[in-house]
Amino acid sequence: MFEYAPAPESVRPQIKEHYGLFVDGKFTDAADGADFKSVNPSTEEVLFTVAEAGAADVQNSVAAARRAQEAVWGPMSGAERGKYLFRIARLLQEKAREFAVAESLDNGKPIKETRDFDVPTAAQHFFYHAGWADKLAYAGLGSDPRPLGVIGQVIPWNFPLLMLAWKIAPALACGNTVVLKPAETTPLTALMFAELCQEADLPPGVVNILPGAGGTGAALVDSAVDKIAFTGSTAVGRAIAKSIAGSKKRLTLELGGKAANIVFDDAAVDQAVEGIVNGIFFNQGHVCCAGSRLLVQESVADEVLARLKDRVTTLRVGDPLDKNTDIGAINSAEQLERIAALTDAGSGEGAEVWQPDCDLPDRGFWFRPTVFTGVQQSMRIAKEEIFGPVLSVLTFRTPDEAIAKANNTPYGLSAGVWTEKGSKILWAAERLRAGVVWANTFNQFDAASPFGGLKESGYGREGGRQGLEAYLDV
Amino acid sequence: MSDRLRVKKTYKLYVGGKFPRSESGRSYPVSSPDGTELANAALASRKDGRDAVAAARKAQRPWAGQTAYLRGQILYRVAEMLEGRAGQFAEELADATGAEVHDALGAVEAAIDRLVHYAGWTDKYTSVLGGANPVAGPYFNHTTPEPLGVIAVVAPQDDPFLGLIEAVAPAIAAGNTVVVLASETKPLPALSFGEVLATSDLPGGVVNVLSGRAAEVAPHLAAHADVNGVDLSGVADAELAASLEAAAAETLKVVRRPGKRLDSLGLLRQWTEYKTVWHPAGMAAAAGGGY
Repeated sequence: MFEYAPAPESVRPQIKEHYGLFVDGKFTDAADGADFKSVNPSTEEVLFTVAEAGAADVQNSVAAARRAQEAVWGPMSGAERGKYLFRIARLLQEKAREFAVAESLDNGKPIKETRDFDVPTAAQHFFYHAGWADKLAYAGLGSDPRPLGVIGQVIPWNFPLLMLAWKIAPALACGNTVVLKPAETTPLTALMFAELCQEADLPPGVVNILPGAGGTGAALVDSAVDKIAFTGSTAVGRAIAKSIAGSKKRLTLELGGKAANIVFDDAAVDQAVEGIVNGIFFNQGHVCCAGSRLLVQESVADEVLARLKDRVTTLRVGDPLDKNTDIGAINSAEQLERIAALTDAGSGEGAEVWQPDCDLPDRGFWFRPTVFTGVQQSMRIAKEEIFGPVLSVLTFRTPDEAIAKANNTPYGLSAGVWTEKGSKILWAAERLRAGVVWANTFNQFDAASPFGGLKESGYGREGGRQGLEAYLDV
Repeated sequence: MSDRLRVKKTYKLYVGGKFPRSESGRSYPVSSPDGTELANAALASRKDGRDAVAAARKAQRPWAGQTAYLRGQILYRVAEMLEGRAGQFAEELADATGAEVHDALGAVEAAIDRLVHYAGWTDKYTSVLGGANPVAGPYFNHTTPEPLGVIAVVAPQDDPFLGLIEAVAPAIAAGNTVVVLASETKPLPALSFGEVLATSDLPGGVVNVLSGRAAEVAPHLAAHADVNGVDLSGVADAELAASLEAAAAETLKVVRRPGKRLDSLGLLRQWTEYKTVWHPAGMAAAAGGGY
């Protein structure tokens, strides 16, 4: 085996010491002067301070967004709106390296992923939706689609820039203006995006960025927006759905998941193992659609598990800015605690835990890739979303049993199927209660492909023709 | 007038393809707007709601698994059966609403035509709403709308027949099964519609008709964890509608609020969920993800 030499990313983005809220085209401090710190999870060092939006700031931003929607962005022709979005897409591509490094620093995810996935996919999302702006009547949703107005958007910390793109690009293409709250632990790329909006000469008030925590989000939900788009936990999604009951506000929700990744006995095992690894260890497992439940057919379970452990042993955990790194830092101390607590519960309930023997850095938040075998459906690690690099392995004997176990969850976001038999893929895909099914692949995303869940994973789609419905009155 | 004693109908619920009385043993008198007593209707309870949801759940997968062509033919058969009894429904509807029989017949005929309209949608809406997506990689990626599951409908109060058909037909055309709570004060045409459904090759449980108080039964339907969608278009009381929406939020059901007007494709879309399937289309992609 060759040894790896460190290959750290040398580009460093210009990170300011302090960021304000982005309201009506300008950076400003919070009305009450509140701010908070953003920490690099791989070193626990403070990266910068940022203003924390309160209820007054929310009100100002929504008012600015309303003015911009009614006076500028709504009346603008779709073709012109589209040109702004194309411009944003191009600027994101030009600044791709800077955004990738910043995202890695603020979030803890490996540079390999921000560079090859987060940032390019975010740019694609703007490019894709730019093209829709003057073609909405052809989207098949009705002959006279109209914007909803002002959209309040709340996004999570796992893909900060990409989730921003998923929210802002379709909303703007459809003629809405937005007030977006990035996650408390990862506001950096949203604020850099605000600077990019200035550089693109986007009219003031079309995009407003309000860093803050749960209180800011709640104030945004309560504000005079026409629609809430939320990505995050099922518990918060449920609370939002309850709080807007009886109002005219619309809602789309992209919530948690506990996806089954099903490996049949006729799967190509090496490919399946790559897919299992990608399914659960991509982005430290901080993925709502992660393949966190491996369902493997009993007759091949020993072989699959042996090869899986071999493969996981080769994963490199450590410095997110090292281009060799496969698994970066856990995003926060709080999340690390939750992963550890659920993992302890797994051992406590009798599942067998396995981790590779890899070194972890002394500082920062880290968790070894973890595989649980002997998992029963009743265990917490089989039911609850861990949102970390922890795989629960269950077995099945018949295809029907695999489907029954896969669907035995209140979630319904995604699922994976591994078999070389096409008819079995279609059979399984039809029966899996999930919004996205990956067959002989996993964790693929594209602006042209609608993403979103069923059941308690929420409602509404992001991406594709179907995703436009979330931002149009049709 | 003959002095023969007329045989009056006992109006019962329609659940799982059968016509039970309410398990609670209760009934309530139904009158026309001028106060003429028409009949007693079963007064459904929480448990009747539960039984109806269980019947709808049991019927849902087989119904969705039928070919779209067959679902279309069955919906067309419902229209055929209704056409043959249009006169009876016109009279029941006229009695219920106080309208002229002639006008009521117009509503019944419109309902028949809506059923025919949706019979023609079953094998088309998936290709209209779904399709292949041009993703930037070597994958075949396609999206299809799938039924949401079990839909609980509170039918319109003042449009007790056409309104109910407008709510039920798109839901079942898209492969869902339905528990519908008929107009509280005008439930008789809806209950008779059960007889049409029962003779139309529609499998038992696909549509279940309850009569009773919305304020009593609807909260249990909205909160029922085995219900996937809730149609509140017939809830007149804004406060009740808000509390039903909040109850539905507990398991994140899809909710159609009162007053939300949709065309037929919009209604089909309301009760479907998109599923997107990815598959590698080139050998390079077959290697999986980024590792």
